[in-house]
Amino acid sequence: MDWNSIFGLSAGELIGASTAAYVLCALGLSMHFGYTGLLNFGQAAFAAIGGYGFSIAHLTLGLSLFPSVGFGLLCSAIFAVLLGIPTLRLRADYLAIVTIAAAQVFKFTVATSGLSWLTGGADGLAGFTDEFYALNPIPDGDINLGVVSLTNRQVWVALVGWVLVALAATLIFFLLRSPWGRVLKGIREDEDAVRALGKNVFSFKMQALVLGGLMASLGGMIFVITSSTIQPATWGTNFTFMIWTVLLLGGAATILGPIVGGMIFFVLLMFTQNLLAGLVEIGWLPFLTISQVGQIRFIFIGLALMLLVIFRPQGIFGNKKETFFNV
Amino acid sequence: MFVPRDKTEVGLSQLAANSRTRAGVILGAIAILFSILFGASPAMAQAHLAASTGFSIGGVISNDGNPVAGVVLSTTLDGKEYKATTDASGQWLINVPKATVYKVTLDVKTLPKGVTLREGTSATKEVDLTTSNDAGLLFPLGANTHTEQSFSDQFLVHLVAGLNLGLVLALAAIGISLIFGTTGLSNFAHGDMVSFGALFAWLFSVALGWPLIVAAIVSIALTALAGWLQDAIIWKPLRKKRVGINQMMIVSIGFSIVFRYLLLIFFDGDTKSFAATGQDFTFGPVIISSTSATSMILCAVALAGVALFLTKTRIGKATRAVSDNPSLAASTGIDVERIIRIVWVFAAALTGLAGILYGLQFQANWLTGFDILLLLFASVTLGGLGTALGAAVGALIIGLVVDLSSLVLPTDMNYASALVVLILVLLIRPQGVLGKKQRIG
Repeated sequence: MDWNSIFGLSAGELIGASTAAYVLCALGLSMHFGYTGLLNFGQAAFAAIGGYGFSIAHLTLGLSLFPSVGFGLLCSAIFAVLLGIPTLRLRADYLAIVTIAAAQVFKFTVATSGLSWLTGGADGLAGFTDEFYALNPIPDGDINLGVVSLTNRQVWVALVGWVLVALAATLIFFLLRSPWGRVLKGIREDEDAVRALGKNVFSFKMQALVLGGLMASLGGMIFVITSSTIQPATWGTNFTFMIWTVLLLGGAATILGPIVGGMIFFVLLMFTQNLLAGLVEIGWLPFLTISQVGQIRFIFIGLALMLLVIFRPQGIFGNKKETFFNV
Repeated sequence: MFVPRDKTEVGLSQLAANSRTRAGVILGAIAILFSILFGASPAMAQAHLAASTGFSIGGVISNDGNPVAGVVLSTTLDGKEYKATTDASGQWLINVPKATVYKVTLDVKTLPKGVTLREGTSATKEVDLTTSNDAGLLFPLGANTHTEQSFSDQFLVHLVAGLNLGLVLALAAIGISLIFGTTGLSNFAHGDMVSFGALFAWLFSVALGWPLIVAAIVSIALTALAGWLQDAIIWKPLRKKRVGINQMMIVSIGFSIVFRYLLLIFFDGDTKSFAATGQDFTFGPVIISSTSATSMILCAVALAGVALFLTKTRIGKATRAVSDNPSLAASTGIDVERIIRIVWVFAAALTGLAGILYGLQFQANWLTGFDILLLLFASVTLGGLGTALGAAVGALIIGLVVDLSSLVLPTDMNYASALVVLILVLLIRPQGVLGKKQRIG
C-alpha cells in the first residue's frame, strides 16, 4: 500500500479548492439554518445557479469574468426571492420539502434536452475557465508542499476559494454582532416574540436566505471552475446532504464550524476511501471490490449524519444552547 | 390501594424478560435479513465477475419489439474512441477501461430508414460507472408513424397511465402519511423501502425463479419486517429520547443514504426488469398490459382496504386518534407505542407492495424509490399532511400531472412539473387539498 499517496491525497483535500467550495456552501447554510433556523434542503440549487449563471453569462452572453460572476450572483438572488415568497411563511418541515423540490426542479430543468442550446442539457457546459486562469499570478510549474504537489492552476483556484471563505466568514462574524444579526437569532429562538417587537420576520428571513444563497453560489462557481465543467448530475440531493453533514459536523451556529467541519469531513472521506481501496488491493478485504469502496464512503456519510444529529447536534464547536432544530 | 409487593416484582421481572425476548427477536430478525442479503445476493457474484472483466456499458436496441442490427454506438475517453455495433439480437456492449462518467452516442445515421429515436430521447446519453462495473443504457426507438395519434387519443392514453402511476404512488404515500400522522416524522428513507420491495421481488422471482405471487408475498413480509426493525432500532429510542421532529427528519436523511447504498452494494447499480407476462387489453386507443391492469385493481382494493381499516376497525380508529392528538389518545387508554409499531409495519407493507407494482411495470434499481420520494412527499403535502385519504387523493393528482404533462412538455420534465404543482398548491392553499387549516403551523 502506498501510504505516501494516501496521506498526500488526504492532505490535498485539506486545502483543496473543492473543499473551499463546499465550505462556502456550508457557510451559506449556516446563515439559513444555524442563525435563522430555516431548514433549507435546496442548497445544491443555489450552488448550481451560481455555477450555471456564471458559465452561461460567459459562454452565451459573452460577458467577461467579473460581470459573469455578478450575473451568477444576480440569478441566485432572484431565485432566493422567488423561492422565499411562497416558502418562508411555511412551517419548518414544509419548507424543507419545498426547498428540496425546488432544487430538483432546477436540476431537471437544466438537464432537459429542450434547453440544451443554453445549458448543454445532460452533458453540461465546459470551456468557461480560460479568463479565470489568465489572471493567475502564480508562475507555471508544480508547487510542492511536502506530502502533496499541486499545479499552479490548482493553487490559484484554491487560493481564490479560501480567500472567499475568509471574506464570507468575516462578513458573518460582523453581521452576527450587529442588531441585524440579533434579530436573526431572535427569529431562530422565538419567531412570535420577534414579531411582537414589531420586526418584519418575513423580510429578515428573506435577507438571510438571499445572503446565504449568494455564498453558496460563490461556492458553486469555485466548484465548477475546479472541475472545469458543469453538469446537472452534480447538483443532486447528495450535494445538499454533504453540505448538511459538513455544517452539522462543525457546528451549525458557529463561524469556524463549517470551515473546520469541511476540512475534517473531506480529509476523512479521502483518507477512508484510499485506505479501503489500498486494503482491497492487497487483498485484506476480499468481500469488496474497488468500485464498492466508493459506495461504502456514502454509507459512512449517512452514518455520520445520523450519529451527529442524535448524539452531538451542536457539532464539534457548537454550544448546546444554540441548536434549535424545532423552530 | 394495597399492592402485594411480590406481585410488583413479578411484574417487573416479567417486563425485563419481555424486553430481553424483544431484543432477541430484533437480533434474530436482523440475522434473517442479513442471511438473506449475504446468502443469496446476486450482486456479489456479479461484482466478482465484473471485477475480472473491467467495466462495460450495454443495452438492447429494438424497434416495436424487433431487434435492430447494425446500429453503431460509441463513447470516448481521454481521446480514445470505444465503439460497438448491435448484433442480430439488437444487443450491444462497449468495454471501457475505468470507472468514470461516460457519454454514449448513438449514431443516428446507422438506424434503418424510417426509424428514429423516440421523441424526447437524446442521441447522446450519460452513464455513470463510478458506482457499478456495468450499466445498461436504453435508446428507445419509435417509428415515425407512432406519433400520429390524435390529441384526444393521446390524452386518454396518458390519463390511464397517470391513473395507474397515481394508484401505485398512493399506496406508498399513505405509508408516509400514516407515519407522519402518528409520529410527526417526515421519513426521507421511505422511498428506499419502495426500492427494497421491488429489488427483493426481483431477486426472488427473476434471479431465484420463484413464482411471482410467492416472491411478492415474501418481499412484502420482508419490507414489513424492515419497517418494524427501523422503528424498533432507530425511531422508538429517538422518541424516548424526545428528539425533535426536524432532528429526526435529518436522521432519516442519513438513514436513507445508508439504506440506499446498502441496496446498491447488494444489488448492484443496474436496472432490473421483470419478465412481461400475459397479454394486453385494448380499449380504443388505450392499451393496458395485464400487469398494469392487475396493478390497478390490486391498488384499488388495497386503498379500499386501508380506508375500511382506518374507519371501521378498532386499531384503525386508534390510529386516527393518535394522529389527531397522541396525549389525548394515550389518556383514553390507547397504547400509543403499540399503535405506532403497527403503523410502521402496516405502512412498510403497503410501501413494499407499491415497490413491487412499480418495479413490475416500470423496472427498478437502487435509486427508484429515492427518485419517486419527492413525488410521494408532494402527494402527502398536496392532500394535506397527516390525512391518509388526502395522501391518496394527492397521489392520484401527482400521477395524473406527471403523465399528462408529457402532452405539452418534454418527457424529461414530467417529474419537475409535478413538483411545480406542489409548490403552486402550497402557495395558494398551504393546508393541502383535503387538509384542515388548523393542521398547518
